Amino acid sequence: MTRSKQVLILAVLAGTMAAGAGAGATAVTGAGATFPYPMYSKWFDTYHKIHPDIEINYQSIGSGGGIRQITEGTVDFGASDGPMNDTLIKAFKDKRGCNILHFPTVMGGVVPTYNVPGVREEIEFTPQTLAGIFLGTITMWNDPAIRKANPGTTLPASDIVVMHRSDGSGTTYIWTDYLSKVSKQWKDKVGVGTSVKWPVGLGGKGNEGVSGLVRQTPNSIGYVELIYAVQTKLPYGCVQNAAGKFIKADLKSVTAAAAGAATTMPDDFRVSITNAPGDDAYPIASFTWLLVPDQIEDSAKRQAIVDFLKWMLGDGQKMTGALEYAPLPKEVVEKELQAIEKIRG
Amino acid sequence: MIPGEMHSELGNPEPGAPLQARLSGLARLGDPLFYGLTLAAAASIMVVTGWLVYQLFAHSAQARHEFGWKFLISQDWDPVAGQFGALPFIFGTIVTSAVAILIAGPLGVGTAIFLAELAPRRLSSLLAFLVDLLAAVPSVIYGLLGIFLLVPLLSGTVVPAIQSVAGSLPIFSGKFYGVSVFSAGVVLVIMVVPFIVSISREVLLSVPVEQREASFALGSTHWETVWNVVLPNARRGIYASIFLTLARALGETMAVTMVIGNTPRISKSLFAPGYTISAVIANEFTEATDNLYLSALIELALVLFAITFVINGLARLAILATTQRHETHV
Repeated sequence: MTRSKQVLILAVLAGTMAAGAGAGATAVTGAGATFPYPMYSKWFDTYHKIHPDIEINYQSIGSGGGIRQITEGTVDFGASDGPMNDTLIKAFKDKRGCNILHFPTVMGGVVPTYNVPGVREEIEFTPQTLAGIFLGTITMWNDPAIRKANPGTTLPASDIVVMHRSDGSGTTYIWTDYLSKVSKQWKDKVGVGTSVKWPVGLGGKGNEGVSGLVRQTPNSIGYVELIYAVQTKLPYGCVQNAAGKFIKADLKSVTAAAAGAATTMPDDFRVSITNAPGDDAYPIASFTWLLVPDQIEDSAKRQAIVDFLKWMLGDGQKMTGALEYAPLPKEVVEKELQAIEKIRG
Repeated sequence: MIPGEMHSELGNPEPGAPLQARLSGLARLGDPLFYGLTLAAAASIMVVTGWLVYQLFAHSAQARHEFGWKFLISQDWDPVAGQFGALPFIFGTIVTSAVAILIAGPLGVGTAIFLAELAPRRLSSLLAFLVDLLAAVPSVIYGLLGIFLLVPLLSGTVVPAIQSVAGSLPIFSGKFYGVSVFSAGVVLVIMVVPFIVSISREVLLSVPVEQREASFALGSTHWETVWNVVLPNARRGIYASIFLTLARALGETMAVTMVIGNTPRISKSLFAPGYTISAVIANEFTEATDNLYLSALIELALVLFAITFVINGLARLAILATTQRHETHV
């Protein structure tokens, strides 16, 4: 009895494995950025429905983890909200013996959100006021610099309470990247990173942590992802762009920021589009990238990744709006299609 | 008689006899087997702990070489510049846990005394059930309750009241933003009290009834009986419950990071924001790309391990000292 049962179980196991292998299913794994995760999971799910033999598995463990894992070779592709710097790329080359390619997928914006009791009008921010507030040099809401940018708005004589992200995040990377471009003092004193040494303020975990702190603390200001602000209907302010116009962030103004940068796009796509030129460009925006090695030995996996990238740049881009992500400009898509050719066996 | 019986047994073996013999052989094997199994279980704990320390030590090598002992006393935490110091996190970890234990200890032991000694039996078991239920709530829920209920309550009522009475003391001074070291301590109180109550109640209930009866027979009041007879008997267990929860408070992550303000700064005031070791690891580990940065975070984990180890060791020594003094005194 038991013997025959064992045989039966073995037979079933063997059968399942044979079936799995026989179907020729290709499983591709990736890991990294959390910001584009809703978009990626939708893409991978849809792609699996169109191509049942391709299964793409993505873990949103954070950009740092994504870079680490693709360097170690434990995943087939990585994803990051900030481009890999030269040191990281060198480490990748030393370890893997090939190059790493950056593929922009979608774009996101970061917006200042605030809670100032008694102010009905939208508050408009100049680069100088944002940098001053986050450096701690502007400490009152009725500071002359803020008043000058908001004529006709009565601002209270109260202390500004600054809120920032406590967890390392691509959102912080974009925010500090912008502040570094518009303020030399910020660049020298704080710099750019997924976590930085904040001169002032309190930290909240995640977009929900920051927006929760802002909502509960009168006279406070923080920054959150545009998608999060739109979905939760948070109030957020306009920011003055490089052309001097005050721009409210939305899908259109974020895409405009990328279009401004498209002409000067480097071949490796490692570009920052904060403070981008163009009258309609929203200044605090960024790409998020997929990280793919240019040499993939497993031909099935290579084909699956190449096919997916092509689909993502075509039909995939049409799905971005529904999830509030800004699609890539046409020029960038064309350039990326050329870059896909670099992936070899 | 007896030899004959033996002979008959040997001469006419029952069908089950060989099996019995085998079983008794197994039974003789049982003890060493049991010893081996339990030894393996105990050894596995040693191996896991040792492996953990080794891994933390090995992976923090870069930060240890770069900063040395300065890591423990530096207040600078700047991932962009590659400067890492642990002091604000060590400070925050110890202060939040101290606040939690100072409030939760008396509160928990008081509740346990009421439940074990004074409350009617039905009420006692109902309350004990509710306390156990509190212990089963996941910590992220406490964090959310902390943000949405506790923080408004503290900033609206409790903290202004404290500051109006004792605002001149440095530890209660300064502006209160809702999230602070104090808020984290209070959330920890709510989280650890159930453990203190639950264990202390069991310990108190295990004090022999005869001891109480003897005390009453000598004419003691209820209060005197609890204070002079029951508590001294249960002291070791109560201390143990408090130190067990202290370890939990030191390592608690989610609920703390949601209400502490996550600011690596050392402040005199309990109402200022702070940061703990476990919170900064949880916050920054996923996005740490740089090797030195990652190594510094792992060294923080090693520091937390050491703090827990030292505090638990001291606690054990304290228990030993007090109970021995008590025994010689008697």
